[in-house]
Amino acid sequence: MSAVINLLQVIGVFVINTVASFGRASIFLSQIILGFKDVILRPSLLIKELYSVGVLSLLIIVFSATFVGMVLSLLGYVTLVDFGAESSLGVLVALSLIRELGPVLSALLFSGRAGSALTAEIGLMKATEQLASMEMMAVDPIRRIIAPRFFAGLISLPLLTMLFMAIGIYSGYLVGSVWLGVDEGSFWSQMQSKVDFQGDVINGMIKSAVFGFVVTWIALYQGYNAYPTSEGVSRATTNSVVYSALAVLGLDFLLTALMFM
Amino acid sequence: MVSSRKTEITVGAFVLMALLAFIYLALNVSNLTGLSADKGYHVSASFDNIGGLSKRAKVTLSGVAVGRVTDIRYDKETFRAKVTMRINSDVNYLPTDTQASIYTSGLLGEQYISLEPGAEDDVLTESSQLDITQSAVVLEELIGQFMTNMATKKD
Amino acid sequence: MGCDNILSDTFIKIRDLHFSRGNREIFSGVSLDIPAGKITAIMGPSGTGKTTLLRMLGGQLQPSQGTVEVEGLDIASLNRKHLYKARRRMGMLFQSGALLTDLSVFENIAFPIREHYQFRESMIRDLVLLKLELVGLRGAHALMPAELSGGMQRRVSLARAIILDPVLMMYDEPFTGLDPVTLGTIVTLIKELNQSLGITSVLVSHDIHETFSIADYVCILSEGKVMAAGSPQELMESDSEFVQQFVQGKPDGPMPFHFPAESLSNDLLSSDFKAGQHLS
Ligand SMILES: Nc1ncnc2c1ncn2[C@@H]1O[C@H](COP(=O)(O)OP(=O)(O)O)[C@@H](O)[C@H]1O
Ligand SMILES: [Mg+2]
Repeated sequence: MSAVINLLQVIGVFVINTVASFGRASIFLSQIILGFKDVILRPSLLIKELYSVGVLSLLIIVFSATFVGMVLSLLGYVTLVDFGAESSLGVLVALSLIRELGPVLSALLFSGRAGSALTAEIGLMKATEQLASMEMMAVDPIRRIIAPRFFAGLISLPLLTMLFMAIGIYSGYLVGSVWLGVDEGSFWSQMQSKVDFQGDVINGMIKSAVFGFVVTWIALYQGYNAYPTSEGVSRATTNSVVYSALAVLGLDFLLTALMFM
Repeated sequence: MVSSRKTEITVGAFVLMALLAFIYLALNVSNLTGLSADKGYHVSASFDNIGGLSKRAKVTLSGVAVGRVTDIRYDKETFRAKVTMRINSDVNYLPTDTQASIYTSGLLGEQYISLEPGAEDDVLTESSQLDITQSAVVLEELIGQFMTNMATKKD
Repeated sequence: MGCDNILSDTFIKIRDLHFSRGNREIFSGVSLDIPAGKITAIMGPSGTGKTTLLRMLGGQLQPSQGTVEVEGLDIASLNRKHLYKARRRMGMLFQSGALLTDLSVFENIAFPIREHYQFRESMIRDLVLLKLELVGLRGAHALMPAELSGGMQRRVSLARAIILDPVLMMYDEPFTGLDPVTLGTIVTLIKELNQSLGITSVLVSHDIHETFSIADYVCILSEGKVMAAGSPQELMESDSEFVQQFVQGKPDGPMPFHFPAESLSNDLLSSDFKAGQHLS
């Protein structure tokens, strides 16, 4: 009997804590969004963060996109050629990259490369009292430090995703047509007739904008709420990547169901 | 903290590259004609059975894509399926007695609408109605008919 | 009870302050007046809440009960805009220095100016170099914080805290871990800033010698209360057992050296003591 009550108590505490931290994260988000004006007034801060969040993630995005496109094309060819349908290879590569793999993989890579760095940076700034000292200098750290990073993340991920898609499709073309000998004309023309700009490309970009929003939000929140010790910062960094991955995959299912059903 | 010139240039290059990738996606990978959806004109046709036809299915003339299905609904007045399709505006020479048929590309492929031009002088315009239609061939029905034929022959 | 004797002009007024962390009560009814233009030292064993008190003066923590008034403004009740305005008139020297690690020494000190004013670059340079000269680190202006020793960081941080000419300076343990020469300069600097510019100074420390040499008033906090207050002279001559223990640094006496806990023999003999678990 007391075991049941204990269990209920544990569950209750867990639920309340989850709701509370979600509330805190929402208040945090609203404060960031209020900082939008400050970011607009000082574009140099945004540009600096676009560099560290976006440009520095380029390498891993380009590299992964190349190989994902190549593998996709190779596997697709092996499967399709049995049905004599290898002329649909372009469609297969393009649709998988645009609808699913581009947005999702970019978001996962982005959270590993940029999200974790954001969490660790903010967490360390908190642990070393840099954020507190800013407050005492009458500089709001949410507007000065957090908001530029948030908007940089929001902008960067869709841009990185566009590159991921384009590079993936092109490397898929190189493997499919140039190496495996699928007819170039049917590769592109089938792709063009099956891939819809609004239905596929734009929806893929919407997905990636949602992911950019969520991943950056989680990363910054974890950093800002990190326990101010080295262990706390390392736990926050792990949480940032894990929660981002879960959020991205869960939201991806939801968005796919909404968009492509 | 003035952001250094080098940072500005790299960020600018990054944004431009991404935009180029986007244009590539728009023009080379997808057919941006989807955007010009409002050009062209709409005609509708009623079918007894549309099989597995879906929105955005192709509309063809001798196999050449000239439009897409934009809407499918059940008409409770006629008890038939009403399919609306958009035909590209440059295909403005279809006679009013054009026939619409639902075919399947390949044995298990997707279904599309094939138009066969008739002989009238008047041409189809916005909101015209196609009167001559041929429904989708439903494989199960076909097999069913085949079986009953076999059975009756045996008797 | 408080430092409210012979005061002409009160700068900070703390009344019946209560504050808790978890179940632990850190302040249970602290009342304190801090005079304008003087150096007031807040002393007490570590863990009494001296840093916490400074954070309340800066509005970074809210009391659960009671008020903190700075220049007549109830800090906890200010909205964001007014709080930030009030903070512009404060400077705080953090225990750790708290320099922005991705900016050079020069940029760290220029940071508050750049954030709040649109000054010409030459003017910023002059202001920053003057303050750096004051703390003796003009030669280090191009270094990054990671390239400085702890003492140097503290001095840079001090230069940054006074760059906007605050009317209230708060020093959180400015003397700990400094070499004798730096210690001497910092002591002189705090004194000079107070005397030449009339900056009201709140000095948190537990170094009896240095603090008593420059403070005009001293408050001793312990167990969430003001235990004693007065001029250094008065405290030295006090016949309170507690004050004497603190001033002379004796381990035995009314002031507890131990964090609140069960008795040692209880813990040693008890079977349900778990390491790392809070004893409350
Ligand atoms: N973030 C925190 N969470 C929980 N307890 C804290 C926190 N910061 C400080 N404390 C507790 O508050 C008490 C006072 O801390 P502090 O003001 O830093 O003391 P000090 O007088 O040494 O500066 C300490 O006993 C500490 O245990
Ligand atoms: Mg302290």
